[in-house]
Amino acid sequence: MKSGKLKKWSRRAFIGAGTVAGGGFLLGVAGFTFAPSRYSLVSADAAEKGQLTTWITITPDNFITILIPHCEMGQGTPTALAMMAAEELEADWSLVRVQEAPALDAYANGYIVRAAGGNYVPAVMARGVDYGAYKLAEWFGFQVTGGSTAVRSTGEYGMRVAGAAAKEMLVAAAAKQWGVSASECTAKSSRVTHATSGRSATFGELARAAATQPVPTSPALKNPDSFTIRRTSPTRLDIPSKVDGSAKYAIDFTTPGMSMLYAAIEMAPAHGGTLVSVDTTPADAMPGVKKVVKLEEAVAVVADSFWRARRALASLKPEFSDAGHGDVSTASIFAAFDKALGAPPDVPKNAAKVVTADYRAPFLAHATMSPMVCTAKVEGDRAEVWTGVQDPLNARSVAAKALGIPAANVHVTNFLLGGGFGRGLPFNFDYVDLGVRVAKAMSPAPVKTIWSRENDIQHDYYRGAALSRHAGALDADGRPLAAHSNYTGGGNGEAVFMPYAIAAKNAKEKKAVHPIRLGQWRSVLNSQHGFFKESFIDEMAHAAGTDPFEFRRGLLGDQPRFKAALEKAAAMSNWGTPLPPGEGRGIAICESFGTIAAEVAHVAVSPEGRLKVLHVYAAVDCGDVINMDSATAQVEGGIIFALSAALLSEITIKAGRVVEKNFRDYPMIHIADAPKVTTAFIRSDAPLGGLGEPCVPPLAPAVVNAIHAAVGIRVRELPIKNTSLKKT
Amino acid sequence: MAIAISVNGKEHALDVEPEMPLLWALRETLGLTGTKFGCGISACGACTVLLDGRAVRSCTLPSSAANGKHVTTIEGLAQDGALHKVQRAWIAHQVPQCGYCQSGVIMAVAGLLAQIPKPTDDEIDAGITNICRCGTFARMRTAIHDAADSVGVAS
Repeated sequence: MKSGKLKKWSRRAFIGAGTVAGGGFLLGVAGFTFAPSRYSLVSADAAEKGQLTTWITITPDNFITILIPHCEMGQGTPTALAMMAAEELEADWSLVRVQEAPALDAYANGYIVRAAGGNYVPAVMARGVDYGAYKLAEWFGFQVTGGSTAVRSTGEYGMRVAGAAAKEMLVAAAAKQWGVSASECTAKSSRVTHATSGRSATFGELARAAATQPVPTSPALKNPDSFTIRRTSPTRLDIPSKVDGSAKYAIDFTTPGMSMLYAAIEMAPAHGGTLVSVDTTPADAMPGVKKVVKLEEAVAVVADSFWRARRALASLKPEFSDAGHGDVSTASIFAAFDKALGAPPDVPKNAAKVVTADYRAPFLAHATMSPMVCTAKVEGDRAEVWTGVQDPLNARSVAAKALGIPAANVHVTNFLLGGGFGRGLPFNFDYVDLGVRVAKAMSPAPVKTIWSRENDIQHDYYRGAALSRHAGALDADGRPLAAHSNYTGGGNGEAVFMPYAIAAKNAKEKKAVHPIRLGQWRSVLNSQHGFFKESFIDEMAHAAGTDPFEFRRGLLGDQPRFKAALEKAAAMSNWGTPLPPGEGRGIAICESFGTIAAEVAHVAVSPEGRLKVLHVYAAVDCGDVINMDSATAQVEGGIIFALSAALLSEITIKAGRVVEKNFRDYPMIHIADAPKVTTAFIRSDAPLGGLGEPCVPPLAPAVVNAIHAAVGIRVRELPIKNTSLKKT
Repeated sequence: MAIAISVNGKEHALDVEPEMPLLWALRETLGLTGTKFGCGISACGACTVLLDGRAVRSCTLPSSAANGKHVTTIEGLAQDGALHKVQRAWIAHQVPQCGYCQSGVIMAVAGLLAQIPKPTDDEIDAGITNICRCGTFARMRTAIHDAADSVGVAS
C-alpha cells in the first residue's frame, strides 16, 4: 500500500461517548465529543482496498497490513501493537505485516494518549497542551511516540478495539454470504468457519465484503485467558532488515532521480546566540561547495558531498553572540540551585535521629546513535521533508512554520529512528527547523543536512541538572517520622512520589532559572528523582540500623504491588546471602509511567576503587506483557542506558556553552562494562504500564546503594566517576 | 587519480579525494548506506567495515588507504543469499533494538571471529568496543558465543 492512496478520508461511523468500552472511555475522558473513532475513520476507497478500519487492511492474498501511528526506535512498539490487533482479529500471525502510518491528521494519536492517561498529561506532551481548554486542535497535531504510551493507549484503546471490530465485520460478511447467523460462525487463524455446514473462507476472501459491513459499535474484546498471540515472543518484524544493512534511517535517504546536496552546519554555541559575522571566502573556493548559507543562529555549507561540506565548514571562523550567557557555567547553575534550596526542610522536633543529605544530578545529552538528519526539498509554497522524529505530524507543523507555508503543503516521510530516548519528541525539532531553512536557500534542490556528533552533543535539549536537599527523622525505635525534600532543576511531577508509609513526606520544588535548554530524556523527571528518593530512603535505613530491603518492605504494607516487586527482586538476587569483601548489593524501587520496577544491583569495588557492576536483577510489574522477549529487551536496554549515565555521563557548561563534544569526552559504557541482567515480570491486575522508560530510574540508586553496601562510601553525586571509591 | 577498490567483490574506481574517509565514499559515492556515521572520530564503531578481512573504522580511514584492497560492508556479508553466521545469531537472539549501531557491531564481530574463532569473554571485551545506546550488550555476547559455536557460512 502506498501512502499516496490514503489521502481521502470519510467518517463512516461516529462513535458517541459511552457507547464503546474503549472508545467511550476515550471520548468521555478526553472530552472530545466530536473526535472520530480511531477505528472507523477510513479512506474513501476502503472497500476496494479491503481496509476495514483506520489501521487494518486485509488484501485478497490474505495478508494483513496494520498501520502503526507510532514510530520504531528500537522499542518493538510496532510489533507489540500489531500483536494486540491481531489477537482480537484472530489473525494468523505469520500473515501480519506492519507499516508506519503516514503523517496525516487521521493518524493523530495525541488525544488517545491523553485519554489513556485520564487526568494525567504525559510530560512529553505537556508543553503543547492548553490545560484550561483541552483544545482539540492542540491534541490533533500530535502523532507522538513517547511517554511509554504506545501500547497502553493506542494498543489498549485503539488496536484491540480495531482488531475486534474488524473480526466482527469479517464474520458478518461471511454469515451474510452463507445465509447463516453470525453467532454460528467463528474466526480463527485468519479464517471464518461455519462449523455446522462445514463452510469456511479466509479473511482475504472476505475482506472486500467485510469492508462494506457497518462498523460494530461495541465489539467484544477477548478474555485475557484466551490470548494466543499476546504473552508470547514472536520475533520482531524489524530485525531482519537491521542485520543486513537494508533498514533505512533518515541519514540513508536519497532523493530518487534528483541530484541531492548535502549540508554541514554550525550553530551558535551558546543557545539563543546569533550569527554575528562570517567570512565565507575560504569555503567558497573549496571543491564541491555550492553555497554558504547564513541563518539567524547558524551557518551552513552546502556541497555535493557531506564530507566536502564539512571540510569547507571547518575552514570558516564564524562569530556568534553568546546571548548574554557568557557567565553561565555548571558552577554558577549549581550555586543558584543551592541558594534556591536554602536550609534543609524542617523535621519533627521529637526525632531521635535526623538524617540530611544533598544529591546532585548533571545535565545529560540523549546522544542517540544516529545524529540528527533532515532532508528537505522546498519549492514555492510546498515542501517535502524526510527525517526521523518521534512525532511526524508535529514535525510537519515545525517545517511549515519555519517556511511560512500551510502545514497541508508539507509532506513528511518518517524513517526508522537510530535511537530516540526523547530527543525526537515534539518541541525538539530544531534539526527539522534548520534543515528546511537550509533547503529553502537552495530551492528547489533537495538538501540533506547531517548533524555532526559535535552538533548533537552541544545542541541537545538536555536532561536537566538538579539538586535535591533532604531531611528525614527517625524515632527512638528507628521508625521513620518524616522524609522531606526540597529540590530544584528537575521540575515538578509525579516523579517525587514515595510509596512508603511515612507520616510526613513533603517534596517541594524551588525555582532557579538558567538558560540551558531542556527536554525529555528517557524516564523524564524520574531519572533524577528516582536517584534522590531511593538514595535517601537507603540512608534512612542505615541510620535506623535496618537492612535496606527490610526497611523499605516494612513501609510498603499498604502498597501490595510495590511490596511484591521489591520482594521478587530481593529473592532473585539472593538478598541477604554473604558476599566476598568489596562486593555489595543495593536495592531501589520506582514507579513511573504506570509500571513499578524494583532493581537489585550487585557490584564489586576493587581496593583501588574500581567499580564493576556485576549483575542487575529487575522485577517489573507493568500489568501484563504483550511481547515477552521484546519487553525483556526494554528492561535490559533501560538498565544499560541508565548505567552509562550513572557511571560516566555529564554535560558541563562553561561560558554559556556545552563543553563536551563527542564520545571521547561524553563516553558510553562498552560490552566489557555491561552487567548480566535478569528480568522477571509480575502479572498484576493493574492497567498496562509503559516499558520503554520505567527500568531507568531505579538503576542509579540501586548501584550507589550497592557501593555503600560494598565499601561504605555514599555516592551523592552523579555520575559516579566523580566520587573516589577508594577506601581511605 | 581514481582509487581502485573491491567492495563486496565488485571492482570500483573511485573518483574522490584520497583523504575523503572511506565511510563517505561507501555511503555517498557507492550508495552503500548500511555502514553508518556515528561520531566521525573512530569512537563508536558504527562505521566498521572489513578491510582485507580485518575490522576497521571507516569514518577516519582515508579512502586512499583502501586502494588495491578488498572492502566488505554489511551488504556484502551474506554469501550466495545465506546470511553470515553472525547475522543469523543476531536474529536468533533478537539483538538489535534501534539497529543503527548493529551494522558496525556485526562487522566488528565478523572481524573478531575471523581472527579468534572461539573468543573468551575477555577477548570479546577487548575486541568489541562499539557503542550501543540501546544497551544490547548482553544479547550481543550470547550471540557472539553462539555464532562462534555454529558451523556454516564463514566470512
